[in-house]
Amino acid sequence: MTPEEQNFMRKIENEEKIEPKDWMPEEYRKNLIRQISQHAHSEVIGMQPEGNWITRAPSLRRKAVLLSKVQDEAGHGLYLYSACETLGISRSEMIEQLQTGKAKYSSIFNYPTLTWADVGAIGWLVDGAAIVNQVSLQRTSYGPYSRGMIRICKEESFHQRQGYEAMLALAKGSPDQKAMAQDALNRFYWPALMMFGPHDSESAHSQKSMEWKIKRETNDDLRQKFVDQTVKQIEVLGLEHPDKNIKWNEERGHYDSSDLNWDEFWSVIAGNGHCNRQRIEHHVAAHDEGEWVRDAITAYNEKKRVKKAQNAA
Amino acid sequence: MSDIKAATLEYATRLGDDSVVLGHRISEWVSYGPFLEEDIAYGNVSLDYIGRARMFYTYAAELADDGRDEDDFAFMRNDREYRNLLLMEMPKGDFAYSQVRQLFADVYYTVLLPELLQSKDETLSAIAAKAIKETKYHLRRSRDWVLRLGDGTEESHKRTQKAVDQLWGYTHELFDMDETEQLLADEGIGVDVSKLRDAWFKMVSDILTEATLTVPEDSWAVRGGRTGYHTENLGHMLTEMQIVHRSHPGCKW
Ligand SMILES: [Fe+2]
Ligand SMILES: [Fe+2]
Ligand SMILES: [Fe+2]
Repeated sequence: MTPEEQNFMRKIENEEKIEPKDWMPEEYRKNLIRQISQHAHSEVIGMQPEGNWITRAPSLRRKAVLLSKVQDEAGHGLYLYSACETLGISRSEMIEQLQTGKAKYSSIFNYPTLTWADVGAIGWLVDGAAIVNQVSLQRTSYGPYSRGMIRICKEESFHQRQGYEAMLALAKGSPDQKAMAQDALNRFYWPALMMFGPHDSESAHSQKSMEWKIKRETNDDLRQKFVDQTVKQIEVLGLEHPDKNIKWNEERGHYDSSDLNWDEFWSVIAGNGHCNRQRIEHHVAAHDEGEWVRDAITAYNEKKRVKKAQNAA
Repeated sequence: MSDIKAATLEYATRLGDDSVVLGHRISEWVSYGPFLEEDIAYGNVSLDYIGRARMFYTYAAELADDGRDEDDFAFMRNDREYRNLLLMEMPKGDFAYSQVRQLFADVYYTVLLPELLQSKDETLSAIAAKAIKETKYHLRRSRDWVLRLGDGTEESHKRTQKAVDQLWGYTHELFDMDETEQLLADEGIGVDVSKLRDAWFKMVSDILTEATLTVPEDSWAVRGGRTGYHTENLGHMLTEMQIVHRSHPGCKW
């Protein structure tokens, strides 16, 4: 090991944060760029399935809550793009990677939002699963990412409570509303579990990420946490658990549950889920349509600059 | 119900309709903006208008005192019953179109709200007090955008001028009075908008001129929002907005 490497590993071992100006192995940098940009893209693409219901929200209060949630997600995206830029990649490069499929985003957002209850289910389950993951990431070794997670987690908890509260209103509402809630739970429960990624044995990036303390807990451990915490929440809603095999295991101190449909998982990752194409198309279309606007800003600023220079001369 | 109370109910409903319709239109931009910061800004402005709508409708419901709440006003009235200004219901169009509409609306509120703040009606005055602060931020934003788009590229200039020309004819009714609003203006409750047109025109023409845009001639005017004679756009907007609420009568959300 070179002295630089030694110093880097010493910091990692002592739980000191790595900061942008610090020396870091190229692989560490790459690994972080992959993970943080993927996280940023997830926040941004996640605006679409929920945004799908802003214009149809059933009450003014819910409309406002949803609008402000989607706005928060955009803010998270922005914040994470900035964190990632500290590693020497620009936002436009990241956007290009997203649009060409080189960078991924969370597969959960490739599932369609078909009813109003899906908005509640996403807040509750998807933000809920994200929090389990992100609480663990608050201790990640890269300083800007860790600080970002601390800040973002506060808002995600708020989203989860609001989502759960929206589900509760449905579950305790009319039979139709309750059926809508059950249907949303049935559809979003499984993909939410998949958000934690493949089994650790199948995960390409897991081992190195753990070593460098980019990741702090394994996919399967985090998933188990989420499974455990969700059982009681479903009970309180008075809904049926989508997993018929869910069962308390005294010995493990955890719930046992069905294995996931990994074929579906890999197929969505590969770009063949319900909405993969639609999500990227939407992003590309908005981005392309915005080009003349961005050009206008550049031209305007340039004119102002020239004028200022002339006045100064 | 006294004439004044009935007129105030109608007035609060009108102002609520303006807010909910414009707020809805702006919200259509979320995830469609030219960049992420703009998605956030649109969200902000939309939220302000939805918030205003809720305050106006809640007051209307209080005056009506017939068991209705804010959502009954927003979701259970048809397009023929809506009383919003036509400008607010025009579709989102391209980015220039939305920003020009926003500028017209923001300048309108900039001249209207300080008058409403003087209202003898405490609730209307309190809503105005909150809205004034929001509108300051809205106007700074739409003014900046119109300047940059008007004086940006050839394409942005063309698009922005087109939006100005297409929307101009819908601004005249912003300053129309009818019996209801006259009664309230005489009572010191409502605003006499007919007196605001000069100030609005001055501010708007200054901004358009600075943006190298041409201020249109007053050669046409379309009217009807306050009487429920809408463009074809509102029906579609309300169909979408009201579908879930109306599909589950009497439900809580
Ligand atoms: Fe988020
Ligand atoms: Fe997140
Ligand atoms: Fe969230």
